[in-house]
Amino acid sequence: MSTPPMLVAPLLEIRDLSVTYRGDAGPFDVVAGVTLDLAPGEFLGVVGESGSGKTQLLLALLGLNAGAVLRGSIRYRGAELVGARAATLNRVRGAKIAMIFQDPMTALNPYLSIGTQLTEGVRHHQGLSRAAARRRALEMLDAVHITEPERRLGQHPHELSGGMRQRVVIAMALITEPDIILADEPTTALDVTVQAQILTLLRELRTRTGVAVMLVTHDLGVIAEVADRVAVMYAGRVVETADVHTLFAHPRHPYTDALRRSVIPLSGALPARLPTIGGLPPNVAMLPPGCAFAPRCAYAFARCPTAPPPLSAVAAGHRKACYFEGTMAGRP
Amino acid sequence: MTAMRDTAGMADTAGMAPMLAAQNLSVRFAVPGTARWLRAVDDVSFTIGHGETLGVVGESGSGKSTIARAVLRLGPKAAGSVHFHGRDLLTLEGQELRAMREHLQIIFQDPLASLDPRMSVGEIIAEPLREFRPALDPASRRTQVLAMMDRVGLLPRHLNRYPHEFSGGQAQRIGIARALMLKPDLLVCDEPMSALDASIKSQIANLLKDLQQELQLSVLFIAHDLAAVRFSCERILVLYLGRVMEIGSRDTLFAAPRHPYTRALLDAVPIADPVLARAQRGEPLRGEIPSPLTPPSGCVFRTRCPLAEARCAAEVPELRRIEGSEVACHRA
Repeated sequence: MSTPPMLVAPLLEIRDLSVTYRGDAGPFDVVAGVTLDLAPGEFLGVVGESGSGKTQLLLALLGLNAGAVLRGSIRYRGAELVGARAATLNRVRGAKIAMIFQDPMTALNPYLSIGTQLTEGVRHHQGLSRAAARRRALEMLDAVHITEPERRLGQHPHELSGGMRQRVVIAMALITEPDIILADEPTTALDVTVQAQILTLLRELRTRTGVAVMLVTHDLGVIAEVADRVAVMYAGRVVETADVHTLFAHPRHPYTDALRRSVIPLSGALPARLPTIGGLPPNVAMLPPGCAFAPRCAYAFARCPTAPPPLSAVAAGHRKACYFEGTMAGRP
Repeated sequence: MTAMRDTAGMADTAGMAPMLAAQNLSVRFAVPGTARWLRAVDDVSFTIGHGETLGVVGESGSGKSTIARAVLRLGPKAAGSVHFHGRDLLTLEGQELRAMREHLQIIFQDPLASLDPRMSVGEIIAEPLREFRPALDPASRRTQVLAMMDRVGLLPRHLNRYPHEFSGGQAQRIGIARALMLKPDLLVCDEPMSALDASIKSQIANLLKDLQQELQLSVLFIAHDLAAVRFSCERILVLYLGRVMEIGSRDTLFAAPRHPYTRALLDAVPIADPVLARAQRGEPLRGEIPSPLTPPSGCVFRTRCPLAEARCAAEVPELRRIEGSEVACHRA
């Protein structure tokens, strides 16, 4: 499969990655044949509904899918991570590839002070002294715009608001100066005004430090606000990928088109009825043959149930996994 | 002061009394271990006309769910009055309250958690009939249940299935069927779509709107998703820290928000259009909703308000009418 030419070598090269679990009725893939690159400093948005495999994809990049079998390849700066020894993985995860979770409380230890949790990473990965680690922690709290950083170091997670906790988690992720931040629905548990603050912060940190961000969300609005490039996932596969402007202006996969049209506008004309996607998202343990979206697709034809369509180029930097070549006429 | 409050619902129904009229509603909770009280809802008045949908929006901690629970008499005893069918719901007890519940129904946020896992779908939907129409013979009950299932998009073969066999969207249809079985006059929807995936959310939003119009339901619609509220509600109440910031018609409120908090909320919603999202990028609202244990003096929003001045800390702004909306702001 050809990849669009990039000016710089990608930081992360994912090739034909599958994550397979063993089920009662045999093995099933929660991530199936995903091929994707992440360039240095890039903000990549991954959008999908529950069960689309977007979180499993992030976990796979850190080798954290408990009980699953990984196949394919994940190269970080050329080094293979699939099948790598724990020692190799541990040099990368946390230090070079950091993760931010949806619920900051699950990422924070309720018994430890913010200071202890923040400095753990640099003391472990970089061997910094207690005093140097503390200085670094203060810098980081300042970088994520936490007020009174000195006082926060001695506080515990329950003493902070939800937005402040997520800022601490971001500070923890940044403190080892990673190349990549993986963010799994980092604003879904937050109020909309706090979400706007956190998205602004992530954008600002990317610009200032050059860190690449791979952000997973179900919200196309979040994608439109922050992403440079987007991968749309459905039933474990990437079904379309393009730069953010192309994806919203000229989607080529019927699922992307339907998702985009199901967004309720905040201004302008309000439809009497919302466009919908019929049916239900599939169970990945019991996928239909061929394209998994075909049973819900307004453009499906005889070829769709034969074999899953490959992700192929429609233009430079724009790929889709769909056999339909006509013009989408806004069908529901 | 209360006389001029929120009369739009009455005006809409040309002289007819509103379906529901809440006057000076306040709910407070005792703070454990102290002699203090937390004001979750503070002096809130609103009406809902016949067949009208009122949206209540605000961030977590704004008191919107507490209002719903107070109206349904599910929380602690509230102060003020809530007139419904000529009676004050807050004063009813025992048999009278139980009789009134026939006309008041609720749809919950988490559809699966709100359904008894040991009851079949048929039993769940039939339960209100068993409770309030005990004389109905089983054959007629079954006919009514099947008709309602058909109306909400459930199939006859779902009758003997159990909640865990359903996805979130299907479970919400079961909850809707149960709530509408007795043809209530007032339906309370507490975040009915926020746990659902994008492709399912619009199906449920359409269904609720169709049923509301068909049955001429009065609806109290609690949500943090402003786009969903724009689609579903004719009038909107904006709540912050238990107080009404603004009430107005949907079109006025979305096109010309008067309160700085309403404006900030609208600005914070991510726009699913990368061109607009980038063009309209502004400074997000700072800070987070303060603790209701220590509400700011004067206007509760002033600590985050970009327009706050000395007067805002000294005087609580009363709701006043500004071009069709009612706004509690000294600077509006």
